[in-house]
Amino acid sequence: MAEQTSTANAWTANPADLIPQGRKRLGWGLLAIATLGLLAIIVVQVLYKTEMSTFGFDTWRPVIYAYILWGIALGAWQVLTRGEDGQRALFLLPALLFTIAMVIFPTLFGFYIALTDWNLSSFAGRRFNGLDNFWQMLADPYYRNALFNMVLYVLAVLVEYVIAFGLALLLNAQIKARKFFRVVFLLPLMLSPVAVSWMVGKSLMEYRFGPAATLARHLGWDNPAFFSDPITARISIMMLDAWTFIPFMMIMLLAGLQAMSREVLEAARVDGATAWQTFWQVTFPLMLPVSVTAVILRIIFKLKLADIIITLTSGGPGGATDSVSSFIYREYRDRSNVGYGTMLAMAYLIIIVVFVTWLLKVASRFVRNVN
Amino acid sequence: MSVQTTDYTVSEIRSPAAFITSRVFIYGALVFWAFVCLFPIYWTITTSFKSAVDVTQGHLIPFVDFTPDWKGWRSLGLSPDSIFQTSTVRDEFFKRFMNSVITSVGASALAIIIGSLAAYGLVRYRYKFAWFRNEDISFFFLSQLILPPVVLALPFLVLYREVALLDTRIGLVLLYTLMVLPIVIWIMRDQFNSIPVELEEAALVDGLSIWGAFFRIVMPIALPGMVAAFILAMVLCWNEYFFAALLTSTDAKTIPVMVASQTGSQGINWWSMAALATAAIAPLAIIGIALERYLIMGMTAGSVK
Repeated sequence: MAEQTSTANAWTANPADLIPQGRKRLGWGLLAIATLGLLAIIVVQVLYKTEMSTFGFDTWRPVIYAYILWGIALGAWQVLTRGEDGQRALFLLPALLFTIAMVIFPTLFGFYIALTDWNLSSFAGRRFNGLDNFWQMLADPYYRNALFNMVLYVLAVLVEYVIAFGLALLLNAQIKARKFFRVVFLLPLMLSPVAVSWMVGKSLMEYRFGPAATLARHLGWDNPAFFSDPITARISIMMLDAWTFIPFMMIMLLAGLQAMSREVLEAARVDGATAWQTFWQVTFPLMLPVSVTAVILRIIFKLKLADIIITLTSGGPGGATDSVSSFIYREYRDRSNVGYGTMLAMAYLIIIVVFVTWLLKVASRFVRNVN
Repeated sequence: MSVQTTDYTVSEIRSPAAFITSRVFIYGALVFWAFVCLFPIYWTITTSFKSAVDVTQGHLIPFVDFTPDWKGWRSLGLSPDSIFQTSTVRDEFFKRFMNSVITSVGASALAIIIGSLAAYGLVRYRYKFAWFRNEDISFFFLSQLILPPVVLALPFLVLYREVALLDTRIGLVLLYTLMVLPIVIWIMRDQFNSIPVELEEAALVDGLSIWGAFFRIVMPIALPGMVAAFILAMVLCWNEYFFAALLTSTDAKTIPVMVASQTGSQGINWWSMAALATAAIAPLAIIGIALERYLIMGMTAGSVK
């Protein structure tokens, strides 16, 4: 299954020659037993669950145990039959087996669920209905609306980027108490979005008594309802999300600024460049690779946006603030519609995989062209 | 062109007036943003000491325009006068709190263990599984980062029910591990890359096995990176809401789920809400402030070459 050559010890002899045949046979035997055991348990469970046999377990949990044992046997097989190369493979195996079990299988299963009509609250149970969910999705105005909102939310990252860059520049300036400000600026990132949406969204921005609403009244906004009309509600959600995540980009940009060589900046100043020119012609281009990394990571996190919306507006008013995740969450919570919800999620997965791949391509070309 | 040496600092070039203006602007902006960051936290903490009237009248400063009261904390059973009495809310709170601690520490630890091993293997050795090479395997791990929780949530809901892991802490631990694993691998790869390979070669010559060299030589050097990855993973797991809300109901509910479900029949009790929110964010805020260096180290791993 695996074949490695090491960069670290090219001087050892080929270990495969040194392993006795008996040990190899033991390894193969172990793997064979474990594989057969795993397959046997799966077959027993399938037969039991399809009511073709009366012997079996109530839950599928023994299959997990069998999988873990199989994983251990696989590791032992590697070490027994391939010696040092096998020991190297052991570094990678746990994470690989774990991720495959936790991602590949559920995702494939998800694609199957997506093709079924399955409502957990109805007695009918699961029923294969082909592409019905897909056609329903195409006609669903709320899903389209949620996708459109995601576009807006992702665009808001650019504003966050500008603010984060500004803050990073401030922290990089020659200031006193830099550490204090850095800790304070970082604080929002550590707070739970749910607690934030309660205490900031529901309390601080509360229409009647919230300090933010009071401040808005003083500034001349007669009717400071942050969550009642679609556009302000969207902006409020964006602001809350930005508040928690700006520190993330700020820290990455700050690290980029601190890694920049002082000499280049000094050179620019000696040449008589103003601060403004220095920024646009030296700092900003040099910061481009870091900026692109920060923005892309932030977009990836933004695509998962859900917590704040679920707890604060439940997508309201009228679905105006829905993100795809929060919409699917409600699709399940309110209607127990597993089949349709999964179809939406899978469609979303494909959309963002395409989008992120495209984004990475464009970004790397962009960085290369500018430098 | 290159500049040899500059004897004067930047501030000496500019006029004093320009210097003062820029100082005022810089500190003004810093203080303004510090206020933006701190005020919501201040509001949360003070609200937990307010009574209903103080909340609805928007009173802000304790002792000046309202008298602090333990009201919010009493409703949680955590005020000085109620701490020794039995309180179902407190029991509930501690149960949720322990759930949060166990799931986030467990998931972070598990992710650090398998993530560090994988990162080390990927950095030091060349693998070839079928047609997958190191770069492909790394990409496979890192690409999990873009997988939104919502894609896995519904299949897991169904699968967990089949394997009796719904509403269990182990179920959450497994999912959280999956969620932070790419980040851990990303950070640890960067860490191991910065360790010179000669150290391990010397250890191997001295007779240590591959794993011996890893545990005795590499691990101690990479420890700061592990702490960094652990803290970052903790933050993400502690604050996780989406999976917890879908996959837990009574036994394994975590703190964020408890916070989100606080709407009473007579509207919201702001004071108890605020006390709960404070208690939910305090542990992480304290850890974060104390270990801020590591948090920053984790976030900037690999971003700056």
